[in-house]
Amino acid sequence: MSDDLVTDILNPVEPFLRSDRVPHIWCPGCGIGTTVNSFARALIDSNIDLGSLALVSGIGCTGRVAGYVKLDSFHTTHGRAIPFATGLKLANPKLNVVVYSGDGDLSAIGGNHLIHAARRNIDLKVICVNNLIYAMTGGQTAPTTPDHSTTSTNPYGVFEASFNLPQLVEAAGAVYVARWTTFHVRQLSRAISEAFQKKGFSFIEVISPCPTLYQRRNKMGDGLDAMKYYKEKSRVRHGAPTSEVGMTMTGEIIVGKFVDRERPDYQTMMKAQFHESLGERFVEQTEMVCS
Amino acid sequence: MAKGRVSIVVERCKACGFCVEFCPSHVLALSSAFNSKGYHPPHVVHPEKCSGCDLCGMYCPDFAIAGGKVDEAGVPVKKADAAKGAKK
Amino acid sequence: MKTDSEAAVLPKAGHHSADPHTADRPIAVRHTADPRGVLTGIHFMDGDHACCEGALAAGCRCAAGYPITPSTEVVERFASRVPMVGGTFIQMEDELAASITLQGMVWAGAKAFTVTSGPGFSLMMEHIGYAAMTETPCVFVDVQRGGPSTGLPTLPAQADMMQARWGSHGDYEVIALCPNSPQECFDLTIKAFNLAEEYRVPVMFMMDEVVGHMSEKVVIPPADQIEVVPRKHTHKSVEDYLPYATNGDQVPEMAHAGEGYNFHVTGLTHDERGYPNMTLAVQDKLVRRLQSKILNAVDRITMTEEEQIEGADVVVVSYGITSRVAQRAIEAARERGLHVGKLRLITAWPFPEKKFRDLAAKVKAFVVPELNLGQMVREVERAAGGQAKTFAVSHAGGGVHNPEEILKVIVEASRCQTI
Ligand SMILES: Cc1ncc(C[n+]2csc(CCOP(=O)(O)OP(=O)(O)O)c2C)c(N)n1
Ligand code: SF4
Ligand code: SF4
Ligand code: SF4
Ligand SMILES: [Mg+2]
Repeated sequence: MSDDLVTDILNPVEPFLRSDRVPHIWCPGCGIGTTVNSFARALIDSNIDLGSLALVSGIGCTGRVAGYVKLDSFHTTHGRAIPFATGLKLANPKLNVVVYSGDGDLSAIGGNHLIHAARRNIDLKVICVNNLIYAMTGGQTAPTTPDHSTTSTNPYGVFEASFNLPQLVEAAGAVYVARWTTFHVRQLSRAISEAFQKKGFSFIEVISPCPTLYQRRNKMGDGLDAMKYYKEKSRVRHGAPTSEVGMTMTGEIIVGKFVDRERPDYQTMMKAQFHESLGERFVEQTEMVCS
Repeated sequence: MAKGRVSIVVERCKACGFCVEFCPSHVLALSSAFNSKGYHPPHVVHPEKCSGCDLCGMYCPDFAIAGGKVDEAGVPVKKADAAKGAKK
Repeated sequence: MKTDSEAAVLPKAGHHSADPHTADRPIAVRHTADPRGVLTGIHFMDGDHACCEGALAAGCRCAAGYPITPSTEVVERFASRVPMVGGTFIQMEDELAASITLQGMVWAGAKAFTVTSGPGFSLMMEHIGYAAMTETPCVFVDVQRGGPSTGLPTLPAQADMMQARWGSHGDYEVIALCPNSPQECFDLTIKAFNLAEEYRVPVMFMMDEVVGHMSEKVVIPPADQIEVVPRKHTHKSVEDYLPYATNGDQVPEMAHAGEGYNFHVTGLTHDERGYPNMTLAVQDKLVRRLQSKILNAVDRITMTEEEQIEGADVVVVSYGITSRVAQRAIEAARERGLHVGKLRLITAWPFPEKKFRDLAAKVKAFVVPELNLGQMVREVERAAGGQAKTFAVSHAGGGVHNPEEILKVIVEASRCQTI
């Protein structure tokens, strides 16, 4: 057993981390770190030029990912990772822009931006870590919290309907939509690689344990219990109609690649429009030099 | 001879047990020893069974463990070589 | 005109200022506007359009907006002009988005702005704080209309002045400019971008409906006569670069996404590496620097227009459209033999406190007409520190003052006893 980093077996995630910030703040058995492993493997497998990669997070436990990855990384405001990322992408179309944030951040306070970025088909890779709860603030109801579970703000049980995120983003126009859980580390990594091959708005939902807040309050055990549940109750259904993949508290979790379609992205459409309308007068945006 | 080996950064471990549970070859167990934060990190109980698949590394939310392939002498095989080897 | 070959020779982040604070960096390199964005000539245009031309002349090539009267013309013109200049406009789903999209644009290397009016300005507040905290150089244009709430969409006010200064939570400083003519909408928009770059701070461009919609002659000079401040980009190597370290002048150097610096930006309290750090010492150092980088430069930042201040009994303090109405009152008062000076705030924030303190020792009173129920007058009164009296001439918005109302107060102020 070696107990320092000087070891001959290199952890592939290590070069992608700001090692001076590890250990991270996430709880024992939290799934967020596991998703980062799959993300790092996807970066290796898809041969992305790391210099051209920017990662944008909102606020939340998941939002802290931006602070741990050794990339140009932006920890923005609650809900606004997508519009910030949109700005990066528009000003420098050569950037590969990843949005990495939580379910509440992306679908509640940021819900409007989520659907509009999908509608415009902005070329962003959105990784949504869905722990079914507002974790960072102490376990309040999120738009994803399943019916009948209890949260700190629905102490007698959640009675609101929850969002089925794959269906939401498909309806809004996303070109790639997949869902995996933190149990599916290899599939998740492959999905992220696939999203990098797509030009347009890609959305990958990762169901992830929050033992400290969601599981504990609902007597669902610890992180490992959640992982075992994912293993047992997940069913792979590639191409499943997203209307059929809604989540319940203890039922089956439908995972897989649900949507993979082609549609020109925002910047392609924009250029085509200007070429058509302005002809010779259209000046293509060059690199921003700020002089 | 084991085809793989793991390295464990004991101080990063928070004892979630993911690596132990999901190692396909049952190589690991949580030890009874504590790290300085009071967690029981995993230790290798069946070194000979390790395939170096690195699933433990992919599951570990704390970046505390990694597995890798080794050659007959126990020397780590670079990833590219390992991939080539797998194809053979 | 900057040719391509010259551009290659120029240091990437040269600083135009000869200020001693920045003397250690490359100076005396004069950066002028990219001629592609400059509509040189004599025009007849309104303030909103002139503001857009000012942005283009300043090198702004990206904007994110959301329509709102009376500001929309600025982005409408930008949307039609920018594809022919090499840039992007995006109409976002709301002002929450627009005010952060523009910051993404900036971190990708662009100069960018957003444009709004009261209700939208309210929605942008969190991101003004984010820009201040992350030191993102950018410009927020607020064409002020009557409020509160939806108020008077098509009519003027100057009631967002305190919001511009204090609207986001926490302690921070911004710069705010107040044009009073379409010509100034052009000139000062360039200035706003230049100040944003020099101090890495969000700059509030506080227009009002009248200035935005009035049409007058606007002279746009040749590009080589327009000075622009380039991004304060780091010269450091990837290994040596510390995103929030300062080198004596209190303004850190920037890097952009995609250049290999692997830097981190957060709205959390952060250390020189840009990493979150919640200690009191780091908070104290950071927040005090955000304040002092502006307050220590008040004299260099602030601009005023002054007339017959020497020997005046009463000084009329105004800004934006109100300064033009006040001019009539001032002239009428002088015709009556009163000694009236005029002081126009071109920069509202940071407030030129010392100037007012010194002046207060010499004059009897300040008269402050503004299209609100008393906002900048509080600053005047505070700076005067009881040495001179302060008279507000308030107006609830929706129109401009009748010069008679201002004149009446000037006369009253002239009669008051020196304190
Ligand atoms: C404007 C604003 N409102 C509220 C908050 C408080 N807040 C921080 S994180 C969060 C919820 C995060 O939930 P989620 O996005 O699901 O992330 P998780 O912590 O679960 O990973 C809230 C409400 C905030 N930071 N900013
Ligand atoms: S509170 Fe939940 S989501 Fe946040 S770090 Fe802990 S386990 Fe993870
Ligand atoms: S590398 Fe594979 S076989 Fe070896 S311990 Fe890890 S999971 Fe088990
Ligand atoms: S997965 Fe990581 S944190 Fe969890 S027990 Fe194994 S080494 Fe420790
Ligand atoms: Mg959550």
